[in-house]
Amino acid sequence: MDEMKEIIRNYVIEEYVEDDTEINFDTPLISGGIVDSFSMVSLKRFLENKYQISIPDDQATPEAFDSVNKITDLVNDFIR
Amino acid sequence: MAYSEKNREMFAGVIEDIRGAGLFKEERYIHSSQAADIEVEFPAGASPKKVINICANNYLGMSSHPEVVEAAHDGLTSHGYGMSSVRFICGTQDIHRKLEEMVTAFLGTEDTILFPSCMDANAGVFEAILTKDDVIISDRLVHASLIDGIRLCSAMHDTYKHSDMEHLESKLQMYNNRRVRVVVTDGVFSMDGDTAKLDDMVKLCDTYDALLLVDDSHASGFIGRTGRGTHEKCGVMAKIDLITTTFGKGLGGASGGCVSGRKELVELCRQRARPYLFSNTIAPPIIAGVIRVLEILSASTDRRDKLERNTQFWRQGLLDAGFVLKEGDTPIVPVMLFNAKLSQDFSRDLFEEGIYAIGFFFPVVPKGQARIRTQISAGHEMHHLEKALDAFIKVGKKYNILGKSKQEIIEMYGM
Repeated sequence: MDEMKEIIRNYVIEEYVEDDTEINFDTPLISGGIVDSFSMVSLKRFLENKYQISIPDDQATPEAFDSVNKITDLVNDFIR
Repeated sequence: MAYSEKNREMFAGVIEDIRGAGLFKEERYIHSSQAADIEVEFPAGASPKKVINICANNYLGMSSHPEVVEAAHDGLTSHGYGMSSVRFICGTQDIHRKLEEMVTAFLGTEDTILFPSCMDANAGVFEAILTKDDVIISDRLVHASLIDGIRLCSAMHDTYKHSDMEHLESKLQMYNNRRVRVVVTDGVFSMDGDTAKLDDMVKLCDTYDALLLVDDSHASGFIGRTGRGTHEKCGVMAKIDLITTTFGKGLGGASGGCVSGRKELVELCRQRARPYLFSNTIAPPIIAGVIRVLEILSASTDRRDKLERNTQFWRQGLLDAGFVLKEGDTPIVPVMLFNAKLSQDFSRDLFEEGIYAIGFFFPVVPKGQARIRTQISAGHEMHHLEKALDAFIKVGKKYNILGKSKQEIIEMYGM
């Protein structure tokens, strides 16, 4: 679980963060303005490829993607 | 009655939510024509106040140019008020095609198609040329109309960090199996005023066999040595596959837009772009006005040269006074205040001083990057800019931000 969180956190930092903003597992990503909803698609694609899952668009909501913890919960729902 | 009290209360609640989130937009009524000097009714019901406008897209001062107004009058007389038809039925006049050919020559492309607005051009261009087998890779700060157009299209989409060429290249490599790759950017970014690295982007697109689309709405008419746009400034004329732009800013200020570029792509727009097929095109008087604008700009670079001088004076004056600016050399000069409330207070105080400029904050710009976006015009005379500069300095002193760094301003007012 923690390994998955670290992988997702590192991807978010690599893909989206352009300054020294710190990202922890609860940092609000979408509502905090770090990831915009239009650019969220690359994160969704990364999760689907990495964990061999398919997240329906109606569940890939800004709310479900708003923190590393929430994203981890979502991914786990599809892995199970 | 379908619009029940329950429905009314529900929608009123949505509006209250917008208001509660601080996102409610109030329109201010201007009682004059668009120009450097305008008369603004604010707040609603107040007597109109004479102010200097430094927040219009009237970059070349064409909105009320007497020759353009006269040409529009003549066009109204000779070609009428409207067409009452879409282009492909009976809505195309000789002057519509004439303007398309003039834009093609001005931008240095192969062909051009007019749209009712650049919003419509951006909404229609992607679905007209792309399929689900293709990918669109866009800069993260592109204009909302491009985002809407991309969303309307069945192609896959992805984004790259703003103006980050390494990130763009990694995305081009990632999608090398798609039928067509299209890279999308603004030429000049509307909120920051910076310019896309079109020279580097053309090289990358050549390497990875990708098309390049540039929205040059904040550049056409004045960026580049002869005002042709960002592609002229970057030395890549004739190498941009698709340029979308507007006639609602530098090229006149009324309305209308276009897609200009490779002739096959323009033809596909003519056959398939829904905002083109299912809407009347630009009205005859406006077409006549834009034709006159292009004649003026093709005959002389005086106006874009004056705009460049005005921009240099304005930017240097603000820097000398100690404001924090976004770097750049375009007529969009953002004065950084970082804090949302400070940007609103600053704008209100400027209005009291007779200067009309708007504060922008999240979600229009990223969190912690609130600002006053100033936009310079060839319609500004030196006395306008000197008065505006004096007002900025007076208000800047009031809030004690002159000579202060970004960090110091954030420490005083928060993000």
